[in-house]
Amino acid sequence: MKVKESKFISGNEAIAYGAIAAGCRFFAGYPISPSSEIAENMSFLLPKYGGKFIQMEDEIASIGAAIGASIAGRKSMTATSGPGFSLKQENLGLACMAEIPLVVVNVMRGGPSTGAPTSPAQADILQSRWGTHGDHPIIVIAPTMVQEIFFEIVRAFNLAERFRNPVVFLIDEINGHMRAKVDIYDESELELWNRPKPENPKGWKTPYKRNEELVPLMPDFGEGARFNITGLDHSETGFPTGDPKVRQQLHYFLRDKIEKNKDKILKNEYMEVEDAEIIVVAYGSTARSAMRAVEVLGEKGVKVGLFRPITIFPVPEEDMYRVCKNAKKIVVPEMNLGQYILEVERVMKKQMPIVGVNRTDGEPITPEQIMEAIKD
Amino acid sequence: MARKETDYSKYLRLEYIPHIWCPGCGHGSIMKSIIRAVDALGLDKDKTALVSGIGCSSRIVGYMDFNTLHTTHGRALAFATGIKMARPELNVIVASGDGDATAIGGNHFIHACRRNIDITLVVFNNFIYGMTGGQYSPTTPIGSYASTSPYGNIDPSFNICRLAEAAGATYVARANVYSIAQADNFIKKGIQNKGFSVIEVITHCPTYYGRKNKLKTPADNLRWQKDVSVSIQKAKKMSEDELKGKIITGEFVNKTEKEYTQKYEEFVIGKAQGKI
Repeated sequence: MKVKESKFISGNEAIAYGAIAAGCRFFAGYPISPSSEIAENMSFLLPKYGGKFIQMEDEIASIGAAIGASIAGRKSMTATSGPGFSLKQENLGLACMAEIPLVVVNVMRGGPSTGAPTSPAQADILQSRWGTHGDHPIIVIAPTMVQEIFFEIVRAFNLAERFRNPVVFLIDEINGHMRAKVDIYDESELELWNRPKPENPKGWKTPYKRNEELVPLMPDFGEGARFNITGLDHSETGFPTGDPKVRQQLHYFLRDKIEKNKDKILKNEYMEVEDAEIIVVAYGSTARSAMRAVEVLGEKGVKVGLFRPITIFPVPEEDMYRVCKNAKKIVVPEMNLGQYILEVERVMKKQMPIVGVNRTDGEPITPEQIMEAIKD
Repeated sequence: MARKETDYSKYLRLEYIPHIWCPGCGHGSIMKSIIRAVDALGLDKDKTALVSGIGCSSRIVGYMDFNTLHTTHGRALAFATGIKMARPELNVIVASGDGDATAIGGNHFIHACRRNIDITLVVFNNFIYGMTGGQYSPTTPIGSYASTSPYGNIDPSFNICRLAEAAGATYVARANVYSIAQADNFIKKGIQNKGFSVIEVITHCPTYYGRKNKLKTPADNLRWQKDVSVSIQKAKKMSEDELKGKIITGEFVNKTEKEYTQKYEEFVIGKAQGKI
């Protein structure tokens, strides 16, 4: 792969460059710390590529405009932080229900409420899965390194398009503001996916007719199909329906679209997990401290490994179970009071002690803290 | 000159009719008015998007044969802004109720006016939340009864057209269902305006507003519209006292200003790509 340029940039900037490389051509946002650099960079970059940026009147309007632009055929993104993520939840649900491709970035900060606007946290993990009302399908990606953020935002767009579903992209104040050398690639160097559409959109009347991956073949607005999109329970035509059978089937489709394609959505990293007696399960910026802890203790002969889910929802149940089942202990560090650990406990059926390392004081979890929990 | 006959079926999804509106509701008259305006302008249905929020009026999108989008409560203008930005070649029309447009969607309403983006907003103002059972809205007159104002409404109401004018919309007009032909003309001019247009159409909800406010039959409501309406020309010669309780109809704003997506194309993309 040919590097276009190498830049010393932050994770937030890497999101902007990665989004452009992924083909994102619309961004709507609203200022909020610590995510504002994403909007600033998109406002600068997008028009160079013929794309559009708009600063809307609020967070709700931002995600609304991004969904609208996606319906009209543009790969779209919005970005925010904690309180803004709360505000976006209703429209996020509409994008899930209407199956509109969209990337929603949340640069996490402390909460609840205004919390700690310029300090890191991983406070919105379960909100990213269950924030909007109703059962709904969602994909959540939580990368660690700055270079990885570039590649993962590309993957976020690919998954959003391929499965016509919102992808929530979680970083936090640490890796959002951390600077590193990032290799930028042109879109010609990357594998990019576009949303599935009918071969001939003209006159297409069934926007929710599905392909073999259960993804609707929906034309863009303006391509000559003239169909209806609604947040109400709907049939294959997109028109609201009260038929219990059709409604139940729709909800199963929404669930199965993600569940049955997990192998294409999940991505994990493993470190020293073979023969490990203790496994650390960590994601996002906290995984960096976990890597260091595993490295240092490994050199001292402790049998410790790291399981790092990069797609955190859907939960990589089979992979996690396979890797962790022989461990005598599992350690789950996270900058919250224990959110993803609930998923680890569920998957591992509490067969071994599962210990959290948690803090919500606005400071990062250190390798030393994780080492202590491993040794305890 | 006899009015040109409009083939409504050309613009309707007849397979989804009958509609959900109550017998005697004024909304169907506005839907037909939109059709006549679109037909008179000869808009390409494939290149026309109709966007709505939540409420009785918002269900219009299901019945009309355009690119239609039924969004969340109050947010139609935000979605429509994204559509227009993404594909400026589309004609974008938004249908909204008084609660949808000026209560929960009030912020989006004033900002869409301010930007002057080329979207035509038709507000179906029936002074009430019909879908949820007749609660008072930002346009319910003082003293009127609603399911949440059992002792009479004390909230002053918004004047939607004045709000739109103050916020910067470049075409603003008000009509009513009683003299619906006027609405055809205003909607037509709104669509033709290269900028943000607001057409408020006074309509009626006999089921909730009417029943609670001594306007039980649809005819009572239409008569009321006729009685309270005053043309803008006539209103200019009337005193403030004489205008109390009256609703002024006509064109309030009709001016030309640079449209938002054009500005973005010329100034922002132009500068970013070094063309200007």
